[in-house]
Amino acid sequence: MTNNPVISVHNLVKKFGSFVANDNLTFEVYGGEIFGFLGANGAGKTTAIRILSGLSKPTSGEVLVAGYDAYHQTEKIKKNIGYMCQKFSLYEDLTVKENIILYGGIYGMSKSLIRSRLKDLLSRLKFEEYENRTISDLPLGLRQKLAFSVAVLHEPRIVFLDEPTGGVDPITRRQFWEMIYETAERGITVFVTTHYMDEAEYCDRVSIMNEGKIVALDTPGKLKKQYNAESVEEVFIKIARPYKN
Amino acid sequence: MQKVIESSGINKSFGSTKALNDISFDVNESDVFGFIGPDGAGKTTLFRIITTLLLPDDGELKILGIDSITHFKELRKNIGYMPGRFSLYQDLSVEENLNFYATVFGTSVQENYDLIADIYSHIEPFKKRLAGQLSGGMKQKLALSCALIHKPALLVLDEPTTGVDAVSRSEFWDMLAKLRKHKITILVSTPYMDEAMRCDRVALIQNGHILTVDEPQNIRDAFPRKLFAIRSASKYKLITTLRKFEWTNTAFPFGDSVHVTFTNDTAYNSVIEYLTKEGISDAAIEETKAGIEDRFLELMENGAKA
Amino acid sequence: MKRFLGFVKKEFLHIFRDYRTLFILFGIPAAQILIFGFAVSTDIKNAGVAFLDLSNDEITQKLTDKIVSSGFFKKTENLLNYNDIDVIFKKGKTKAVVVFEKDFGKKLVSDGKASLSIIADGSEPNTATLVTNYATAIISDFARENAGPSLNNSLRINPEIKMFYNPNLKSHFMFVPGVITMILILICALMTSVTITREKEFGTMEVLLVSPLRPIQIILGKVMPYFILSFINVLLILALSWFVFALPVKGSMALLLAESMLYILMSLTLGILISTVSSTMQQAIFISLIGLMLPTILLSGFIFPIENMPKIYDYVSMIMPPRYFIIIIKNIMIKGTGLLYIWKETLILIAMTIVFIGLSVRKFKIRLE
Repeated sequence: MTNNPVISVHNLVKKFGSFVANDNLTFEVYGGEIFGFLGANGAGKTTAIRILSGLSKPTSGEVLVAGYDAYHQTEKIKKNIGYMCQKFSLYEDLTVKENIILYGGIYGMSKSLIRSRLKDLLSRLKFEEYENRTISDLPLGLRQKLAFSVAVLHEPRIVFLDEPTGGVDPITRRQFWEMIYETAERGITVFVTTHYMDEAEYCDRVSIMNEGKIVALDTPGKLKKQYNAESVEEVFIKIARPYKN
Repeated sequence: MQKVIESSGINKSFGSTKALNDISFDVNESDVFGFIGPDGAGKTTLFRIITTLLLPDDGELKILGIDSITHFKELRKNIGYMPGRFSLYQDLSVEENLNFYATVFGTSVQENYDLIADIYSHIEPFKKRLAGQLSGGMKQKLALSCALIHKPALLVLDEPTTGVDAVSRSEFWDMLAKLRKHKITILVSTPYMDEAMRCDRVALIQNGHILTVDEPQNIRDAFPRKLFAIRSASKYKLITTLRKFEWTNTAFPFGDSVHVTFTNDTAYNSVIEYLTKEGISDAAIEETKAGIEDRFLELMENGAKA
Repeated sequence: MKRFLGFVKKEFLHIFRDYRTLFILFGIPAAQILIFGFAVSTDIKNAGVAFLDLSNDEITQKLTDKIVSSGFFKKTENLLNYNDIDVIFKKGKTKAVVVFEKDFGKKLVSDGKASLSIIADGSEPNTATLVTNYATAIISDFARENAGPSLNNSLRINPEIKMFYNPNLKSHFMFVPGVITMILILICALMTSVTITREKEFGTMEVLLVSPLRPIQIILGKVMPYFILSFINVLLILALSWFVFALPVKGSMALLLAESMLYILMSLTLGILISTVSSTMQQAIFISLIGLMLPTILLSGFIFPIENMPKIYDYVSMIMPPRYFIIIIKNIMIKGTGLLYIWKETLILIAMTIVFIGLSVRKFKIRLE
């Protein structure tokens, strides 16, 4: 873990009309860190992630991702990040191999690099037999793992994971997190949101959002001490109230 | 105590995929019975068979003493069903949704209001709001109210807490607990292992097989080995190193520690030494009680039935 | 560039793996060409012609034979008097009546000229124009052929052309009833098919199925509001036709409304049937709108007469409800007929409605698979 922030956010505000989705967010994320982004539905997490991944622009405040400015350099941001969302980013009617070649091409990787990463990926995940199977044929857990591998195929500086382990069995979930650990060891920063509170414990640091603001940010250990809680879930319940309708 | 559900040998296939394998279980009256398992385990398929929406390939299923296959029409009057995705009419208001379901089941909102009062009171201030504009937690409450409004003997809830934040999930289980006093039997499915502890009885299900059926405490207590929790600041290194230890049976990350079982009863004495040698100097070990998830993992690893 | 090509390759893969898209891409144009090629014709073939021969001599016989053997016409009946004309047009098979004046042959021989009338069914303006043109041409031909040395240099047979029902041959007499037919079936089928598949898509259908509601209740419950609203729609359309196009309703308004409501009911139940084979709204829309539209326009006899198409299209169009309703609506609006002439078509529509409801209830799955 280095000391240079790969994500640097100061007083980020995002408004939709008069509704303030992100209210003065300030935080930094460091290289190789696993950063957990928690909060109730409607707290503003998705809005913030969209801004960080270059998909939308802030209303005000300073936002730098991988050194690029979120207002004017969104294309550069996109080139340097990976993204895996809940609803799979893989094409169901294409095979494993075709998906990898496609994404490799989109990321601008050379043919030989794609080929070598493909081989690497298949052997690491023990996927060799699935190379020519379509995604729709794969069980959920495998799809998840593949989607993650594709998101980091081009070795980006940061990868954003939006609830990546929803509904998956406990063993696959853990295997997935081991992949995340491995990725972080390689120096890729992992920015992840999740509803599984025990997964929050796997993170180096965790932030909790509530009604557009960040109400807690620290390592899981320190948060538990601060709020006198046994688990991050307890911390969460203590401070994150459901979205007010 | 009468058995609300009696089932044995239920099988169901879709094409070449076997979704349910020889499912047998019983549910007692007034129980909160949980089906715990990940996506693809077969929970939704089983629930659809129970609510008579699907026919099993074979097996027997008696609900409220009635054969569910031949007498499904009667059963449908006595079952309240809340499928995944909440299935509310997005373009009708809260009030209108509730009134519709009450009417379709031949009752009125007033008649059984006491049953849903606790739940509905949270959303009553918004009764004119369109269902599509409610938050996840509110939709949950509305869907539950609609399923209960005709005072069914059996309430079937398919993953009601999925995709909802931890606070709402906890509230939801509080609401279910309060329903016990009305003698309604509740069948719930969920992928969240910790919710198993809030049920009277639980079936762990994976890949169409039931791994075990019992009270949650018994499932937990039946963990076959000693379980240890080892902590260290270098989480990933800890796991990989532990896996290389010669006496490690299983090692799974669990929040801020790693849950380990050993093949040798005395191995736990030497593991710290080993870890220190491998470069992890801050490891701490303590024996811990197994939780539902530990048991689930153990059952999955062994493919055993208990 | 590489990125771009990779993306293009993926798009090709999607297309070839999706049989539905392939069908749309290749199947529909092929179908269109075939339909347009054969259904659309500006010729006539075997158009029914009746003869009111007030003269009954050798010459009228010859002329009749010539017309009938031309291949464009086929004789339907020999009429006895003028009143028969209305009757025979109402029957529908006859497109034109040729009336020979009294002493046609004698006049032709002695004066070198005689008159006849060609009365065409103006409720189908396209056909009427074609028929009169062709008939006139045959008659002129006859005149030329027979202008031999025994008679004067030329024979003049003046066909007086009259349009029955639609004296000014207004084309919207053809269009408006046809458009009404098309719109009603498309919209009604679309509405009911979408409302059911929407419930399937949003998952509320599951809960309905587990409720005490029976399938027939669900189906009729869905049909009812649209039925009532469509009635208002029909009134609106008729009002518009009257005020904007001055299209009269020659026959009974009550009968017209009753038949319209029957047609609407049939269309609504057709929509229900479509919904039982569609699992998404998209599919339902595709089948109801796109699937029904072209056949309705081209094969129902709306614009192009069915008689002019190859026999197989005739058979295909027999299962198409619009074919029958067009006959009904034109008869009532333009020809002013009563139930007497359209009972067959009405019965067919009733039968279709019952079949659709029956099939829908049967196919309406009380379970999820």
